[in-house]
Amino acid sequence: MTAADRDFTAPRRIAPRMEKAVWVLGIALILAFLYLPIVILVAYSFNDSRSLSWPMSGVTLEWYRTLAANEQLIKAVGNSLYVASCSTLLTLVIGVPAALALDRVNFPGKGVFRKLILLPIALPGIITGISMLTLFRMFGLNLSLETVIIGHATALLAVVVTQVYARLQRLPKSYEEASSDLGAGVLRTFFLITLPNIRTAVIGAGLLSFTLSFDEIPVTFFLTGRDNTLPMYIWSTMRRGLTPEINAVGALIVLASAILILISVLLLRDKPTGR
Amino acid sequence: MNIRLRRALMLSPPLLWTVIFMFVPYTLLVIYSFWRTEFPLFVPDFQFGNYAELIRDPQYIRVLWRTMRIAAMVSAFALLLAFPYAYFLVFKVRRPGLRLVLYMAVVAPLWVSYLLRAYTWKTILGTEGVLNSFLISTGILSEPSSLFLYNQTAMVLTLTYVFIPFMVMPIYAALEKIPASLKEASADLGHGRAATFLKVTLPLSLPGVIAGFTMTFCLAFGDFIAPILVGGPDGQMVANVIASQFGAALNWPLGSALALVMLVIVLGIISVSDRFERLGQARLS
Repeated sequence: MTAADRDFTAPRRIAPRMEKAVWVLGIALILAFLYLPIVILVAYSFNDSRSLSWPMSGVTLEWYRTLAANEQLIKAVGNSLYVASCSTLLTLVIGVPAALALDRVNFPGKGVFRKLILLPIALPGIITGISMLTLFRMFGLNLSLETVIIGHATALLAVVVTQVYARLQRLPKSYEEASSDLGAGVLRTFFLITLPNIRTAVIGAGLLSFTLSFDEIPVTFFLTGRDNTLPMYIWSTMRRGLTPEINAVGALIVLASAILILISVLLLRDKPTGR
Repeated sequence: MNIRLRRALMLSPPLLWTVIFMFVPYTLLVIYSFWRTEFPLFVPDFQFGNYAELIRDPQYIRVLWRTMRIAAMVSAFALLLAFPYAYFLVFKVRRPGLRLVLYMAVVAPLWVSYLLRAYTWKTILGTEGVLNSFLISTGILSEPSSLFLYNQTAMVLTLTYVFIPFMVMPIYAALEKIPASLKEASADLGHGRAATFLKVTLPLSLPGVIAGFTMTFCLAFGDFIAPILVGGPDGQMVANVIASQFGAALNWPLGSALALVMLVIVLGIISVSDRFERLGQARLS
């Protein structure tokens, strides 16, 4: 080996290692950007002073105790659970047939139907909120948790339809044709053939809808009456001032989200790219 | 029951729902935008006064322009972070398990309350917040700075943080679809890695970049939470103005007109990006 060869190969052996180090550092920084705020959110829920400054003064569970005694908050959690469950159920009952229709049936106005139903995914939530507000006002309906449910179900329809539609496209039509050739009716084919095959997509869409509804603000903001959902309650508390109590709620939400993510990863394991 | 009737039965709930809760409300918004406001009442009318007002009063154009600028900056910063991240996952991470974990690491924050993710930046950037007290305790600052919170930079930072998953997802999907053979072919043809990136990887990732940019832009464009939490006196965005017209200012017709302007802008951006995406795909296939 000549000297020139060595000179040529030496930096080549170092360069990939350097490059790898730069990559790992960059990715670590991005992950820090993503997770440091969440760590701070959770950490300060245990801070034993009202202020949110560095360094933390000590560790306490006081804020969780205050939470447990906060009746308004517990009511808001209950309201949110009610709204999220109902709107998820509603949006699945409407969204799954809608996805089926888009995939399997031709009917006049299908193009408009598709555009309309998918609109809220791209549209700012505020537009869904105010347009439904004008509707309820026209019908003279009082705003309540039920109007919020209708709003959420409408806004989330696009999520369910896209997810279920994507799965349906990968499901061969021949299964259903075989089923109806064997004499099964439309409903029987749906429940025995189609639904089991798109099960994971439906569950995934349901979980996602539930979380999105639980977290929803822009639509809720315009459609809720005197009852608050959890985000609206947090929102109004926040505007009165920052307290570690909000961090404690945040920490609990992070915990609940982590559990939900774990469930959805386990359920949708056949689909590595997530949604 | 014949098959057509059953089909009609299956179709009718979603159709009815979209007509009643989507078509009618959007139409109402259009109708409202032509009404007049005689405080505190809204009077049915057909006139263009609300739209004229939006053009006449410079504050509306200013807010629209500011919102677009902020949304563009948010998308640009998100892209700057998301592209290398997605690239690393697809081309540098060999183990599928690690790749899934790193992918989920970006997507997972979407499941954590949006409001709380924005709120935590308020606690970090405030005058008595974590960043200020940290900088003072390390001696970098001698007194708390009010420069971090309540301005457009804080808004851009918060919105980038909140919406970055929407940028990573489509770029990841686009990069993942690039066959390894194309990069090998490019290398065989004597292209260096930079040339291969510029001529193969980058163009093929463009549909994902455009989709992510559009999504992030539209989400940031319609936001009205971050401006209230971390934005300053000059931080109002379009959605805040609309919300106030439907709230305290009680001028639904004007608010509807502004909402429709917003709607047209968003739909315009989506259709332009759709065209670009399709153009890119057609040229490369």
